Amino acid sequence: MEHIITPKVEHVKLLDRYNAKNPAIGTLYLTATHLIYVETYNDTRKEAWILHHHISSVEKLPLSTSGCPLIIRCKNFRLLHLLLPREKECQNVYQSLLRLSQPVKYEELFAFLYNPKQNEQQRREGWAFIDTATDFNRMGLPNDYWEISDLNKDYEVMCSTYPSTLVVPKIASQATVMGSAKFRSRGRLPALSYFHRETKAAICRCSQPLSGFSARCVEDEQMLQAISQANPNCPFMYVVDTRPKLNAMANRAAGKGYENEGNYSNIRFNFQGIENIHVMRNSLQKLLEVCALKSPSMSDYLTGLENSGWLRHIKAVMDAGVFLAKAVADEQASVLVHCSDGWDRTAQVCSVACILLDPFYRTMKGLMMLLEKEWISMGHKFTQRCGFLDGDPKEVSPVFTQFVECVWNLTEQFPCAFEFNERFLIDIHDNIYACQFGNFIGNCQKEREELKIQETTFSLWPFLLKQQEWYRNPLYKRSVKSGPLRPNTLPLHFKFWCGMYNRFDKGMHPKQSVLDLLLALTQKKTESERKMTDLQRVSGILRFEYFHVTFKQNYGLTNKLRYINFKDWTQAVQGSDGFNVVIDQCM
Amino acid sequence: MEFAELIKTPRVDGVVLHRPFLPLVEGTLCLTGHHLILSSRQDNTEELWLLHADIDFIEKRFVGSSGTIIVKCKDLRIIQLDIPGMEECLNIASSIEALSTLDSVSLMYPFFYRPMFEVIEDGWNLFLPEESFKDLESMTDEWRLSEVNRDFSICPSYPPLVVVPKDTDDDTLLKVASFRHGGRFPVLSYYHKKNGMVMMRAGQPLIGPNGRRCKEDEKLINATLRAGKRGYIIDTRATAVAQQAKARGGGFEQEANYPQWRRIHKTIERYSVLQDSLIKLVEACNDQSHSMDRWLSKLEASNWLSHIKEILTTACLAAQCIDREGATVLVHGTEGTDSTLQVTSLAQILLDPSCRTIRGFQALVEREWLQAGHPFQHRCAQSAYSSGKLHGEAPIFLLFLDCTWQILRQFPCSFEFNENFLVLLFEHAYATQFGTFLGNSAAERATLKLPQKTVSLWSWVNRPQEMEGFVNPLYEPNSLVIWPSVAPQSLQLWEGVFLRWNRSSKCLDEAYEEMVHIIEYNKELQKKVNSLRRQLAQLETEGSPLHTP
Repeated sequence: MEHIITPKVEHVKLLDRYNAKNPAIGTLYLTATHLIYVETYNDTRKEAWILHHHISSVEKLPLSTSGCPLIIRCKNFRLLHLLLPREKECQNVYQSLLRLSQPVKYEELFAFLYNPKQNEQQRREGWAFIDTATDFNRMGLPNDYWEISDLNKDYEVMCSTYPSTLVVPKIASQATVMGSAKFRSRGRLPALSYFHRETKAAICRCSQPLSGFSARCVEDEQMLQAISQANPNCPFMYVVDTRPKLNAMANRAAGKGYENEGNYSNIRFNFQGIENIHVMRNSLQKLLEVCALKSPSMSDYLTGLENSGWLRHIKAVMDAGVFLAKAVADEQASVLVHCSDGWDRTAQVCSVACILLDPFYRTMKGLMMLLEKEWISMGHKFTQRCGFLDGDPKEVSPVFTQFVECVWNLTEQFPCAFEFNERFLIDIHDNIYACQFGNFIGNCQKEREELKIQETTFSLWPFLLKQQEWYRNPLYKRSVKSGPLRPNTLPLHFKFWCGMYNRFDKGMHPKQSVLDLLLALTQKKTESERKMTDLQRVSGILRFEYFHVTFKQNYGLTNKLRYINFKDWTQAVQGSDGFNVVIDQCM
Repeated sequence: MEFAELIKTPRVDGVVLHRPFLPLVEGTLCLTGHHLILSSRQDNTEELWLLHADIDFIEKRFVGSSGTIIVKCKDLRIIQLDIPGMEECLNIASSIEALSTLDSVSLMYPFFYRPMFEVIEDGWNLFLPEESFKDLESMTDEWRLSEVNRDFSICPSYPPLVVVPKDTDDDTLLKVASFRHGGRFPVLSYYHKKNGMVMMRAGQPLIGPNGRRCKEDEKLINATLRAGKRGYIIDTRATAVAQQAKARGGGFEQEANYPQWRRIHKTIERYSVLQDSLIKLVEACNDQSHSMDRWLSKLEASNWLSHIKEILTTACLAAQCIDREGATVLVHGTEGTDSTLQVTSLAQILLDPSCRTIRGFQALVEREWLQAGHPFQHRCAQSAYSSGKLHGEAPIFLLFLDCTWQILRQFPCSFEFNENFLVLLFEHAYATQFGTFLGNSAAERATLKLPQKTVSLWSWVNRPQEMEGFVNPLYEPNSLVIWPSVAPQSLQLWEGVFLRWNRSSKCLDEAYEEMVHIIEYNKELQKKVNSLRRQLAQLETEGSPLHTP
């Protein structure tokens, strides 16, 4: 609270860029966790709560005749244009927000304060809900070819940014594994990410080799050989460097680089041309500028979209994912994927491929598992990429956002293939930036253990599942055939995601939601079905009664027999609405 | 002329048909007077029946002794026929070329088509002006039905019956007609029941370089104003274009002579520009290159979505003047047969819920396009693959359908029809077995005796078994005026038309079916619950033991 100088400002105008003439007037509050804007208009009260963690930038514009403008840009793509009446207050709010939106220590993050009134037991269960070990079991691992290794159990010998358990080829010796780790940037050795049961092909991931211009490493070569041999169905394997060739070549000068095809037996090497985090950050920046244009012409918008390069990058990630899925499913070939450090592009590409290949990852629980497996546990640096803490702005990049957008594109092309709807993707995205739950805090498993995340914060997943009705895709059909999704990746199939980047511009979206309508219908369906069963029961009782009385009258059975039989009936129909009526009439 | 003269080779065996996303078909190719038919002569295989009139352009290629014809259709589909034998290929190609470019309307297929179904409700009599005037009469007595154009002599592009202000006599109309482009004097287009405001349309006023005026014209349109209220004239041309028109005898209403009117200029492009835009857009959509930048820049350069945005914006403006401002509106461009109709018809979709029903939309097309004299035959003679010299071809109607689709996308529950219905209208405007879209005006249709000699599209489409596929399962009547967003982010490429042949629709069809299934199942369930309730109520009263004697 020490950072809040002015906790409340009245008569603050909220400018709407489509309706500049009539700005809303309301009160601005600063709390320890949120900026709250309360708009009172006649008797209606509208509130906007903005988490400090969601604020990506605060800009103070020069004083104008109408007030002191403050522009707040959020990581969830909200844009707030406020006009404060007095310069002094504006300065105070500005300074407070600057500080509040950039925590310096982990302990300042919301997750460490957040208390959802759960006990320790529930907290533990929440964390145990998604366990990546079960996913490897689901794939049928360990098996004859792959084993689960705990060589990295203390994060020290091999790789500090990997999880403690890794899946590696059974035939690779400890020396091979350790040796390969030494030859890979930051020790991120090749480890299994996905095993495709039908073809026995695997997707493995790692970081770039420390090959420089000519360095070799026998163990690394053996390691790749082992991965290739762990797949009995294909004599070769692909090695995919997701970077543009030029970037990879430049890395050689720094003693890194890419695999020399001649040194490794039976590998097919290729580049996928996904740009680095800096290009992506700038691209998003340009995209958001287009989204924020006041009243752009179609031409401004399309030219801006093109110049941002954003959809080109999304397509590049998708193309690489499709390449992997095809290699595994069609050619039965294993693939080893890397970029530079193997925690950004590699995570994107492997997880897109997993979604294409395996229907499980298209369910709610499956997507959670995928995020745990490919992103959280394999060391995607969420804290740095999402800028949770005040740090190097050059480390921030929308790598995860791009992955979510790829998934969204797939849901557009395959409307029946996903258990969840768009809201699930957007809420996960928002929750990552919100730091309300511990899952994404830290940059790797080791760091999370040091931070005692599981002991001091809560897991997001159970909270999402509680609202699963809201996230359900009513058109979802559990797929019977297990063939991979084959998206069309011609450029014209990639659409701008208005629901994400212009999410808060309500006027831009369809005015009637088919999703809501169908969700309401499916809910109604469940109710109707219940009602129908009840009605059928009650009408059964009535029929029984009618039959019984007539029977008694005609055959003179005793009242007692009737009572007993009726009781059996009543037990069977407990709780139905029409029941009391029946009782009243019968007794 | 006999068609047989044009068919050099009526039949070729061993022809291979390639269609995107469909398996190859090998079979016999037959040419008839109106169709290109390819049949594998096996059961269970779909035959291709293609109207010659649907063919926009063909390309020939030769490899060795066999040839390939690439057929580009007006509905944007592209198919490929591999024909063994060089001579056969050349013969087929030249026959198709001749048959698909017949000059005479009376040789078109609709004059030969005999329906295989019973016409229950004749579409030709469904939307008569007399009938719609009766509806108007029930709401207001300020308008009358004039027969001044009964022999099409005053205005060749108007129908025999038009609605004009009650106090304007036919003599005045004659004078006004001579002051408006093509004789298109201001007539009623739409009456807004909610506040009694109206929308009129006309051709441009012929003020010429010297600023000619016509008192009768001023009087006519002023008669539609409420006391003390101003009206809006929406000129669909940019100010500069309207200025230039003066030199050629046209022009716009000058403030001095129309003090009670406020003129607003919008920029809807002329037909040649729009045709060019369509050609570029379709070229971009058919480009199989994998570069995102190239696609986006081609999409932008085609300007198609810019046109959509401009047309929708203008329609919203007209609707806004009527509904929000409570003002009378007059819309015109140059001829008043193209952009004017786009604006007046779209504004009605926004304002009038009945235009969002299937019948209402048909009535709108009939009233604001066919009766209003949109030259369908000229505009739709060629489509996106046209080349060489054009004669007034332009996708004016397609743009209107596209705009309607954009509104439908934003209000998915407010239309009784679905996207397929719009696609159907697009197809039939360009090539058809029905007479509805033949001719350029009511006068031409009368001369051609279309109602007697051809079948109306509406006769076919309104049969319940056809209608089924065009009904929007999400429809919930919405009595409100609807305001779509025209922000670029809200407008999308109409995939149902432009990417229709460039993608597999399997997954989207499956989703649509699933949606229909959910809705139908719910309805059925509701029915069952209700009938059970009734049964139960009956049992409780009749069958209850207490009531048994």
